[in-house]
Amino acid sequence: MKKIQVLGTGCPKCRKLAENAEAAAKAAGIEYSLEKVTSINDIMKFGVMLTPALAVDGVVKVCGKVPGVDEIRAILS
Amino acid sequence: MSARRTCDCSADTRTLLACSGASNVGQITNDVAKELDAAGEARFFCLAGVGGHVGGMIESVRGASQVVVLDGCPVACARKTMEAAGLTNYEYVVVTDLGVEKTHNFNLAADDLARTRAAVRAKLGPAACKP
Ligand code: SF4
Repeated sequence: MKKIQVLGTGCPKCRKLAENAEAAAKAAGIEYSLEKVTSINDIMKFGVMLTPALAVDGVVKVCGKVPGVDEIRAILS
Repeated sequence: MSARRTCDCSADTRTLLACSGASNVGQITNDVAKELDAAGEARFFCLAGVGGHVGGMIESVRGASQVVVLDGCPVACARKTMEAAGLTNYEYVVVTDLGVEKTHNFNLAADDLARTRAAVRAKLGPAACKP
């Protein structure tokens, strides 16, 4: 089970990242959970200063941009 | 952290990392980074977080629209910290290269600060965010 977390306070880019992450996880056929981390304090605990950001199993993989579905799929695999 | 640094997709993410070392030139890097951050020209970021391998911090630097690294002297502690974290895409300023002599006097000279500020400004590109 992959734990996917989308870090961001909820702007359109954050929402797009969550959509892409969900699509990538479905396309990869993996078991996953998707959590949106929206509190600035919780985001800061990851050391993230630039959102949107994507973390997988607690490890920050991308900051400050919205990776495409294929890119996220590669990150998940 | 202000709102402009979180979910504002039009945020200017030009980023400064300073060695902030224990010498006049190290403290000049720190002061200039603080000033330019306060002026809204770039954001001053934690080099210690990069050195501590905090993943979110390293990725935040990688995701910045532009990065300028400031070292006080040729020992190049900030540059080595960046390299150890696998971060290679940045502009670079060394204060002693600007003709400032390294001392342990923390009364920083206005002229040395001005010279460094100008050098960093010359490296900073126009405001931009990554797509
Ligand atoms: S680069 Fe020079 S001034 Fe900066 S921390 Fe290292 S030794 Fe000190």
